[in-house]
Amino acid sequence: MDQTDISAPVEHDRAVFPDGLMLDCGTVLAPVEIAYRTYGVLSPDRNNAILVCHALTGDQYLAETHPVTGRKGWWDRMVGPGKPIDTNRFFVICSNVLGGCMGSTGPRSPRPSAIGAQDDSGAAPVAEPWGTDFPPITIRDMVRAQNALVRHLGIERLFAVVGGSMGGMQVLEWAATYPDMVFAAVPIATAPFHSAQNIAFNEVSRQAIFADPEWHGGRYWEVGAVPARGLAVARMMAHITYLSEEALTRKFGRRVRRESMPPATPCTVAEPQSLSLFGEIFEVESYLRHQGSSFVRRFDANSYLTITRAMDWMDLGAEHDGDYGGPFAGTRTRFCVISFSSDWLFPTSQSRILVRALNRAAANVSFVEIESDKGHDAFLLDEPDFDRTVRGFLSGAAEHAGLECSVAKAEGIRGDGVVLP
Amino acid sequence: MRLDQRLIAGMITPGTRVLDIGSGDGTLIDHLFRTRGCDARGIEIDMGEVTRSVAHGLPVVHGDADHDLAHYPDGSFDYVVLQRTLQAVERPREVLRQMLRIGRYAIVSFPNFGHWELRLKLLTSGRMPNTAVWNTPWYATPNIHPCTIRDFLALCTEEGYRVHNWMAVDEEGERAPWRRSIRLANLFGEQALFLLGKESGETDENHHRVNTSRPDRAKKK
Repeated sequence: MDQTDISAPVEHDRAVFPDGLMLDCGTVLAPVEIAYRTYGVLSPDRNNAILVCHALTGDQYLAETHPVTGRKGWWDRMVGPGKPIDTNRFFVICSNVLGGCMGSTGPRSPRPSAIGAQDDSGAAPVAEPWGTDFPPITIRDMVRAQNALVRHLGIERLFAVVGGSMGGMQVLEWAATYPDMVFAAVPIATAPFHSAQNIAFNEVSRQAIFADPEWHGGRYWEVGAVPARGLAVARMMAHITYLSEEALTRKFGRRVRRESMPPATPCTVAEPQSLSLFGEIFEVESYLRHQGSSFVRRFDANSYLTITRAMDWMDLGAEHDGDYGGPFAGTRTRFCVISFSSDWLFPTSQSRILVRALNRAAANVSFVEIESDKGHDAFLLDEPDFDRTVRGFLSGAAEHAGLECSVAKAEGIRGDGVVLP
Repeated sequence: MRLDQRLIAGMITPGTRVLDIGSGDGTLIDHLFRTRGCDARGIEIDMGEVTRSVAHGLPVVHGDADHDLAHYPDGSFDYVVLQRTLQAVERPREVLRQMLRIGRYAIVSFPNFGHWELRLKLLTSGRMPNTAVWNTPWYATPNIHPCTIRDFLALCTEEGYRVHNWMAVDEEGERAPWRRSIRLANLFGEQALFLLGKESGETDENHHRVNTSRPDRAKKK
């Protein structure tokens, strides 16, 4: 397993809310820090802001090199100058979710204790982390924290909230909780509730973490350990659900790793005795192990537990007798629901449930299923129809919102042949 | 824009809420938004058309007349439009009911199976007629519920719908001269276009005084 360096100090930009937040569970969490990044320029009217919500294991490093992993931003291909979410036009905000581990308050944050008040520097190294005592949070709590950030930035109304997967859940909670603050909403590859199957997958992930001997009841920092194996297994399992059978077949098929093959037998049927029975034989195994080991370098196990639980609680119908349209009654938000044909984690059928609920609420809704064999992760990958849909929807919404220059710019883009085939 | 779409647009009061079922490439809803200030939305069954429409900034959902209308609340639109699709839906009568449940007015166009050319071809050849409008063989056609203009009027009577306006147009969408005679229209009109309301609704004269308030707002809180 790779060395873990999540404790390596990286300074994240953040906003601090000393009064904290009242959570759905009834606890007041204070102080709350929200780490965020912004891209583009806020217009003088402060009306061109787009909040992008990240998925389970994403973070605020949307469109720039990640300071911990050194890799490109997770939505670099979608957000930037001239890209579908065009930072020449929009002011884009992305924050690390509450409960996360990339600078926002979460289980790894110091727990405010009775022993001495924390000073402003917040760097007290002796402070004990929250760990498993971090209060249970919901997607709505994440959204409340984002709302505090948005207001802190002096923005009273977001032009759009955009996000995929768990980010899409946040989009829906935004539209439900702060309807007057969201002009347009783009929930992608998501659902208004977390399905039994998805709760089941999350539970397997959690059990993998608990089963790691380095778990130490969740207080692994005390012994300088990290439940890396458990977290890696959780990630490997989850990663399978983000892909599709077609995608796995296309990428790996039944290919065997070169070094696993006995030198004299170039065919794929290897004699079991000549190999380590449980070594990395198939390429797909090697790929998953890499996914697992690179993940533990940037993610905290307690954050993973906290956030997966928040997803499990997601159910927009809970307070409306099971009617997912209830939270959207009277909404004026323009919705663009997008699903992917091969996504079996958040299948199109669940997007359709959402669309019908929005129709019941007489909402202005667009709904597209993008043809793709890339599974749930398609929203992070190269899908030209998806890009066109996001760009076009935002342009159309900007026109309806009366954003300056929107028509001219949209036509300019069309003239360049970027939008239209 | 097709001429029959222009005729449909001419039936729609500016500033109203319109649902176009089978919105295709979104030409009509785009036109209604840009030139008439309507809140126009679409439903389209072909995903390629939906993607193109949304990529042009138009509010279109993937769905179809048979399965998705039931999810809209009563009176959520002023006009519900069904272009050249009635003959292809599974349950035309139910679709019309849904249209007049969610909309104050229904605008319906369909190809007329009573056209003289079809009658003549069936009479002389004894085989399913094949024309410019009805151009797929019987085993492959999506048009599973063809009807004539008189059939449609009979259904409207049976269901208690009021015909506020109607016209017969030829395939290119030109307005045809047999507007006053149903029998002539049924013989010479290739396409039929109807503006329907419920029998208890207003008279022809005040149909343009459409209520633009949003009934769904009343349910809020």
